[in-house]
Amino acid sequence: MTIALPPNDQESPRELQPKGWLRYFSFSLDHKVIGLQYLVCGFIFYLIGGALASAIRVELASPVSDFMARDVYNQVLTLHGTIMIFLWIVPVVNGAFGNYLIPFYVGARDMAFPRLNAVAFWLIPPAGLMLISSYFITGAAQSGWTAYPPLSITTPEAGQIIWILSVLLLGGSSIFGGINFIATILKLRRPGLQLMQLPMYCWAMLGTSILVVLSTPVLAGTLVLLSFDIVAHTGFFNPVLGGNVIVYQHLFWFYSHPAVYIMVLPAFGLVSEILPVHSRKPLFGYATMVYSIMAIVVLGLVVWAHHMFTSGTPPWMRLFFTIATSFIAVPTGIKFFNWVATLWGGRISLNSAVLFSCGFIINFVLGGITGVALAQVPFDVHVHDTYFVVAHFHYIVYGGSVFVIFSSIYHWYPKFTGRMLNENIGRFHFLITFIGFNLCFLPQHWLGLNGMPRRVAEYDPQFTFINQISSVGALLMALSTLPFLWNVIHSAFKGPLAGDNPWRALTPEWLTSSPPPVENWTGQAPLVIEPYGYGKEHKEQINETTANTNSEKKNQ
Amino acid sequence: MTTISPIEESSTKELVQIEKEHADHRMFGLAAFLIADGMTFAGFFAAYLTFKAVNPLLPDAIYELELPLPTLNTVLLLVSSATFHRAGEALRKNEAKQCQKWLLITAALGVSFLASQMVEYFTLPFGLTDNLYASTFYALTGFHGLHVTLGAIMILIVWWQTRSPGGRITAQNQFPLEAAELYWHFVDGIWVILFIILYLL
Repeated sequence: MTIALPPNDQESPRELQPKGWLRYFSFSLDHKVIGLQYLVCGFIFYLIGGALASAIRVELASPVSDFMARDVYNQVLTLHGTIMIFLWIVPVVNGAFGNYLIPFYVGARDMAFPRLNAVAFWLIPPAGLMLISSYFITGAAQSGWTAYPPLSITTPEAGQIIWILSVLLLGGSSIFGGINFIATILKLRRPGLQLMQLPMYCWAMLGTSILVVLSTPVLAGTLVLLSFDIVAHTGFFNPVLGGNVIVYQHLFWFYSHPAVYIMVLPAFGLVSEILPVHSRKPLFGYATMVYSIMAIVVLGLVVWAHHMFTSGTPPWMRLFFTIATSFIAVPTGIKFFNWVATLWGGRISLNSAVLFSCGFIINFVLGGITGVALAQVPFDVHVHDTYFVVAHFHYIVYGGSVFVIFSSIYHWYPKFTGRMLNENIGRFHFLITFIGFNLCFLPQHWLGLNGMPRRVAEYDPQFTFINQISSVGALLMALSTLPFLWNVIHSAFKGPLAGDNPWRALTPEWLTSSPPPVENWTGQAPLVIEPYGYGKEHKEQINETTANTNSEKKNQ
Repeated sequence: MTTISPIEESSTKELVQIEKEHADHRMFGLAAFLIADGMTFAGFFAAYLTFKAVNPLLPDAIYELELPLPTLNTVLLLVSSATFHRAGEALRKNEAKQCQKWLLITAALGVSFLASQMVEYFTLPFGLTDNLYASTFYALTGFHGLHVTLGAIMILIVWWQTRSPGGRITAQNQFPLEAAELYWHFVDGIWVILFIILYLL
């Protein structure tokens, strides 16, 4: 059958928008432009946060506070945590890849609310600049990314208030993004496309967005109350005025534990997209993947108090949250085994994307094991607030999410730019990142078990040697950014042309030209009901012909 | 059978339809936002109830809230929800004059709620920073009052846009009115919960 489609570019408001590179600095409504805006903006903040991390490791190379003053160390620590979480990982795994990929995956031409989408992005640069400039103007916040009162009430006020304002802006951005993703996935699906036929990243983003919408507002409300405590001298969380600091911790962790899943669930989704393509096998256990994502969403909302086992929580609460937290290992384990089974017996091309994904699997298992250990009250009480927690956390968010971000950049770079990255530099980048990361954070388990407290600029001299190993690892991680940067910048201009579908992938974003046209498809959106149909010859063939003919006008 | 399968004719027609313009999902988006907004209130309620459970007040700081004024407020808001519904019904029947009348009544009820809230604030014997309950009381009612204020402004904007013939809000384009209505019902619902938790419990 042939159905004449209306021309898409007729009186499109997009005609009024800047063309070329200028559109990346405009209030663009194109989800692909917004996705790349998120990605590049996030990466710039990653470089800043990474420089701060390097400063922390330089300070910790010696047991005394010699590289920077103690209050500067506190500011650097706070900025590092806040930037890496709120300005790098959350915007990139959700905003960047979500915006770029979700409309393709559901077969839409854009997100459900393009203007809201642009607003959500443009809240981020001012919030980030405000946060960083507070260091130079008033002195940044000093109470860590958790901003626990009474510490956050007693440290200098101006920096703390600026911190609260910028986190509120970033929270708003996150909520707007979450609403947009839910509406796009549930409402904008191409006719004929069922929920259970969606690529896994859609499910991950649906789950993540539910968490964002349910938990971020609670943090926002809590921070408003905290700012009242600081500015108006109310006593919500100030024990001197009869307030209750534990309530702040409950409300804070009601957001900030799900925040870990907000950072890592999209990463799960991205890995589930990357591994099948490069091992030429269907994603193992699609349905169990979906159910385990949803199980993690539900469980993720009821485990927050495991961060508070030393905050005088009553025994029944400790018991409940220990059990609930341990349960999370089940869906996570299912996902882990599914990835391994996806790789198992596949024709794996060991390129940079796969290497980073495999690095993610290895690191994440280590982080997951220490996570289960930390869920047990007796053990947690022993290592609470030590470097063991630092090591665990970084295995989840760096070894987990950041490895996946790099893997995704290697995988989707040809889609973004139409050019290939240099594989040898990519493999070299993986090697020094992986070695540097493990050199930096593996020894910290030992430090924590032996009682080195976190967040302090000085420590007992007996830990010096291990800290120096850790600092060398951090230096390697910092250096690993250089080949990556050279690779992405050089390849954008000089990289070999990729063609439309260099990985011969079956997911919908590859069934159009690279980079895609403004309206995503020149013809109508293809109906991809089996995005992981690898190893089934006729399907691959059909998709290749579709990809080849899609740049010309094609009708079903 | 194939990954790119020929699709049913009906769904192709539907596809061509959404190629032109996709359906309006703004109400869905608003509902999702209101869930998020409701979670902010849920956080405040949880904080209040925990404070109440674990932070006993000194005997001289205990104050029984007076009920008549907040009860009147509850009635005002509940009635205003009904009048807003009437306004929406009138718009759907294309009766612009009726719609405007009910909108103005709704806005008046909202403003009188705010006025009555102000009276309560000025007659209460405690201030914002007196003690934990005073602070929580003002935070909860104030945050809700902010919502009512925004809602009242929305109603007045909607009223203004229904006025001129060929204005933005007509029986064909009801979204602004429906959005404001959903928001208003939400704010009323939150007040009922707030009234129960803060005044009755």
